[in-house]
Amino acid sequence: MKHVLESVESQFEVFQILNEDGKIVNKDDMPDLSDEDLKELMRRMVYTRVLDQRSIALNRQGRLGFYAPTAGQEASQLGSHFALEKDDFILPGYRDVPQLIWHGLPLYQAFLFSRGHFHGNQMPEGVNALSPQIIIGAQYVQAAGVALGMKLRGKKAVAVTYTGDGGTSQGDFYEGMNFAGAYGAPAIFFVQNNYFAISVPVEQQTAAKTLAQKAVAAGIEGIQVDGMDVLAMYAATKHARERAINGDGPMLIEALTYRYGPHTMAGDDPTRYRTEDLDNEWEKKDPIVRFRTFLEGKKLWSEEEENKVIEQAKDDIKEAIKEADKYPKQKVTDLMENMYEELPHNLQEQWEEYKEKESK
Amino acid sequence: MREITYASAIKEAMVQEMRIDKDVFILGEDIGIYGGSFGVTNGMIEEFGPERVRNTPISESAISGCAVGVAMMGMRPILEIQFSDFVMIAMDNIVNQAAKMRYMFGGKTQVPMVVRLPSGSGLGFAAQHSQSLEAWMAHVPGLIVVQPSNPYDAKGLMKTAIHNNNPVIFFEQKGLYNTKADVPEEEYKIPLGVAEVKKEGTDLTVVATGIMVNRTLEAAEELEKDGNSIEVIDPRTLVPLDIKTIIESVKKTNRALVVYEAVERGGYGAEIASLIGESEAFDFLDEPVSRLGGIATPIPYNPKLEKAAVPQVEDIVKKVKSMMNK
Repeated sequence: MKHVLESVESQFEVFQILNEDGKIVNKDDMPDLSDEDLKELMRRMVYTRVLDQRSIALNRQGRLGFYAPTAGQEASQLGSHFALEKDDFILPGYRDVPQLIWHGLPLYQAFLFSRGHFHGNQMPEGVNALSPQIIIGAQYVQAAGVALGMKLRGKKAVAVTYTGDGGTSQGDFYEGMNFAGAYGAPAIFFVQNNYFAISVPVEQQTAAKTLAQKAVAAGIEGIQVDGMDVLAMYAATKHARERAINGDGPMLIEALTYRYGPHTMAGDDPTRYRTEDLDNEWEKKDPIVRFRTFLEGKKLWSEEEENKVIEQAKDDIKEAIKEADKYPKQKVTDLMENMYEELPHNLQEQWEEYKEKESK
Repeated sequence: MREITYASAIKEAMVQEMRIDKDVFILGEDIGIYGGSFGVTNGMIEEFGPERVRNTPISESAISGCAVGVAMMGMRPILEIQFSDFVMIAMDNIVNQAAKMRYMFGGKTQVPMVVRLPSGSGLGFAAQHSQSLEAWMAHVPGLIVVQPSNPYDAKGLMKTAIHNNNPVIFFEQKGLYNTKADVPEEEYKIPLGVAEVKKEGTDLTVVATGIMVNRTLEAAEELEKDGNSIEVIDPRTLVPLDIKTIIESVKKTNRALVVYEAVERGGYGAEIASLIGESEAFDFLDEPVSRLGGIATPIPYNPKLEKAAVPQVEDIVKKVKSMMNK
């Protein structure tokens, strides 16, 4: 009787290009990015870090609602997104607002999403994405559907979805991959493994040594990537995208990352389940610090340049909050109008009642 | 006019729409060469091929979630959940996703999917394959719920469902699949929210849903012999519900009974009874609105007990008589 688990698990290696010290350790897989592209990646990460800090502050002031902090996960989120095209369709989880913003969702709408205003979820024309999924793992089965739609329509694009380590315990996680695998649909499944599903550590989530290996059971490729390495995230995603478009099927990418902040701003205190030592250990792997070292070594980045991005982000956020404040408040009649394409006749009376109230 | 079965009527509606609209396709377990558990999709894979008659893994969550995703891409999936009982596994995608997408996305997304649910008892499928769960679905804002009782309505409502841009839950009573009736081959649709008065009467209104329409019509014939004139109304669509037709009828007959196959407690018939009680028809009532539904147990495997668990023709006759004799 032959057991294979150990040999399968030992096959998974962490894919890395840029190490913690900002040195290229894997020249063979170094992506073909121009200097301008490299700088753009840095700008996006710095910008998003500022957005995170400001969003947390705005939440504390009561000026934003639901917010899931992103600091620490910039390379995972933005490196992967940088490899996508406009036609690719994103199905994000609730922490994945940055990818939406860089896919084209205006900042003020991201703020309206946080406030629960439906306009925050009205994707502008040409922004191929859903607003963030709140139900854990549900985006995985939908991604299989979106990818199937692309295949049926002959589009040269991919469906890209994100969940966390906790999401991999859901049936939908496996069912989505299995479906997309069975249909050879062009999907990329991301797991941003930040090691804690709210408070539950990943080793309590599963007996599997890696989350990437869960792809094997679905018969699709899986890879484990250093999620603090923006170049590795970009390269892995680019590779997955090319495979998917060539008809080679979906791929699972596990990004090893860490969220510095709480799970969400709704009362989570991570000191109850994480040690300061662990936090410090991960901060040494910071995606921005290592990429800065790398860029400075290439004379592509300076403090001045970074400050410019920080100021730009702050200005944009200020403007976006103003715009969100100005946007008309939602009304009960909006809720009814948005629900069905045509209002059913028995809701019509309800609608009329509220329309009259609202006119006063 | 030709007679065809309820199952064939549903199939004909799907086939006709698939011939016209390349975006319409069906997915589900064993719907290909096997033709579905009840034969509804027999022959469809031969005409449309495996891309448009898509056999799926046994994976209700993925079938429904995939349908939500593909519908948002502009396709119009029709999914067959092999037995309506298995919809439990698809509930998150129907209730949390399909029903709420348009609303949450401020009207900018639509999920035009039809969920076909073979439901109901009477064929010996026992506790986990025989339930009538329409009340669960009718409870959820954002869904449309239809329940055709005959082949003609099945075809017309299926057409309406496919054309609707909201998710439509389509309840098919398994015991009706082989029932036959005149069904025109040509195009027609049954509008949502329009009930049908199946039989006019003066003494008592029975609002019946699904297979109970047929049983009530049989009961009404029986009751006619004793001089009781029963009006029978089939709402056809539960959401939206044509409550006006029901109220008008009760105002005329002064008595109302709601008959449904689902467990009486918390069933959709309770909603209909409440709506009658809250309406202007209340002042016309000679006695309280009454309900006749299934007993509160799982559906038994034993055929005698299975019959006893849901209203039969004689139960309806008895119930009406007791109301008439008050």
